[in-house]
Amino acid sequence: MAAFAPVLTRIVGLADAHTLRVYTREGGYRALPMALRQAPAAIVEAVKASGLRGRGGAGFPCGMKWGFLSDPARNPKPRYLVCNADESEPGTFKDRVLLRDNPHLLIEGCAIASYALGVHDCFIYIRGEYAAEARILEAAIAEAKAAGHLGRDIHGSGFDLEIVVHRGAGAYICGEETALLESLEGKRGYPRIKPPFPAVVGLYGCPTVINNVETLCCVPPIVERGAEWFAAIGREKNTGPKLYCVSGHVARPGTYEAPLGITFRELLEEHCGGMRDGRRLKAVIPGGSSTPVLTADEVLDVKLDFDGLAAAGSMLGSAAVIVMDETTDMVRVAFNLIRFYHHESCGQCTPCREGCGWLEKILARFDAGRGRAGEIAQMLDICDNMAFKTICPLGEAARMPTESYLRKFAGEFEARIGAAAVKGN
Amino acid sequence: MVAEAIQREIDAIVARYPDPRSALLPILHRLQREEGWLSPTAQAWAAERLGLSPAMVQGVATFYTMYNTRPVGRHLIQLCRTLSCELRGSLEIRAALKARLGIGPGETTADGRFTLVEVECLGACGTAPAMMVGEDYYENLTPAGLDAILAALP
Ligand SMILES: Cc1cc2nc3c(=O)[nH]c(=O)nc-3n(C[C@H](O)[C@H](O)[C@H](O)COP(=O)(O)O)c2cc1C
Ligand code: SF4
Ligand code: FES
Repeated sequence: MAAFAPVLTRIVGLADAHTLRVYTREGGYRALPMALRQAPAAIVEAVKASGLRGRGGAGFPCGMKWGFLSDPARNPKPRYLVCNADESEPGTFKDRVLLRDNPHLLIEGCAIASYALGVHDCFIYIRGEYAAEARILEAAIAEAKAAGHLGRDIHGSGFDLEIVVHRGAGAYICGEETALLESLEGKRGYPRIKPPFPAVVGLYGCPTVINNVETLCCVPPIVERGAEWFAAIGREKNTGPKLYCVSGHVARPGTYEAPLGITFRELLEEHCGGMRDGRRLKAVIPGGSSTPVLTADEVLDVKLDFDGLAAAGSMLGSAAVIVMDETTDMVRVAFNLIRFYHHESCGQCTPCREGCGWLEKILARFDAGRGRAGEIAQMLDICDNMAFKTICPLGEAARMPTESYLRKFAGEFEARIGAAAVKGN
Repeated sequence: MVAEAIQREIDAIVARYPDPRSALLPILHRLQREEGWLSPTAQAWAAERLGLSPAMVQGVATFYTMYNTRPVGRHLIQLCRTLSCELRGSLEIRAALKARLGIGPGETTADGRFTLVEVECLGACGTAPAMMVGEDYYENLTPAGLDAILAALP
């Protein structure tokens, strides 16, 4: 394979990478005028041909999603593009790099996508805690506008676009696309029942596309260098560059860009400097806390892409790789994560609200060494009752990984039944 | 009671959206910046400004963890307790904060200087353990490094 050169993070690390001056000097804002000279439909086609799959978690083909937007001839309502910069899945911090060090790439991506979709108002919904990143984005938008890349009659094309940065206020569920729309409308972030999908009934009841930050950042390079170039990175159906964010017990945690489909072994050894303190690998959560855990034996040669991880019984999710060494207590991991999901459940559906609550209660007891006989089976039963019975995928995101800890590390849970190992936290 | 300058800022926020109601979260952020929390009066003002019922605004204010519906200390410390941070030592940081400030999660120091809360993933897992003080992130925390951070705060 030809050596891979970073695409999304190419300028990250340069001094003042977030400024218009550096972005332009390094070749930025070349794709936007190229796009404006083409028909919008041609751009949608190029994104389809590139094979770009959404980087927010589900891996849905981006061009296909864009194609679902209802036809303006039949639905004359305004249409919206919403960039999902909520980034709240535990283990996930990849978009922050782009927001902080390459905001103009995102802005250029939003502008091209908006043009392709016939959108004139684009919103970037960013998690409230990223206050500094929100300020960077706002400054970048102002710069882009002053330079004629946004605003009215962009580059004399007749196309108008405004981008508004909207800060959330601390709620994981607002990363789910319909909850995000509710939140953007000024309400509590309660997921909506689908269908209708946002492409038909989205923001303010209008057709809406929601894309992750990294997804939109892939758009300018596709326009500039062509769909074929993009599709040649990675492998079939899993194309393009990818940001992997690695946390936990590795020597060098961080965000690394690589072609989709590198193996976990390559990521660990070539990018992360191996395990911390030379310890042994025990388990890996490959795609953020909602994805099932893989044991060391299972994970080493897995291709870290949508299909490779599905074949291994897990998911790429947000490519948030959480690495755990031999010192890790899997009961504690299960408890820590279910506490998160219980805290973040919006409470609309009984199986999610109650299921997470019960699991947290039982796992807290296991964590304290006071599990009871029969409770492992009971937890699996609770998981079973949460499966596919909820409005949004948070219920699944809580139950699927929990099951994986209970099954793959059953011995550790059994050892906590009735044991008196009460710990000091 | 809401200063005119802030009201003008809020007018500009409302004008950014096709539907004024979308301005509710940013308005609450702006109002909270003044006193560190959203008093019932501030919430009522937001409701009036957008033509919403006070209950609706209260429902929103209590749904999101970043809005404080009770007063907090001058510095709100939000320590991440989620997995990536715990794997890299957030429990030790919590213990160190307790030793230095004499408070546990949910408490405020007697002098009103610090409130400590535990929060879920801050999106800084690669530089764990992480915490926020006000709007600022502090990452790669060590128990020994806390003293300098705390001492630098007014
Ligand atoms: C509970 C939950 C949380 C989510 N959080 C995020 C998030 O923080 N960022 C994100 O881009 N997508 C998140 N998603 C996925 C979005 O719903 C949506 O699929 C995505 O933003 C679509 O963008 P993409 O097609 O570009 O991937 C979340 C989904 C669920 C169910
Ligand atoms: S599954 Fe959970 S988070 Fe999703 S709508 Fe139901 S209660 Fe809310
Ligand atoms: S787990 Fe602490 S910042 Fe993500």
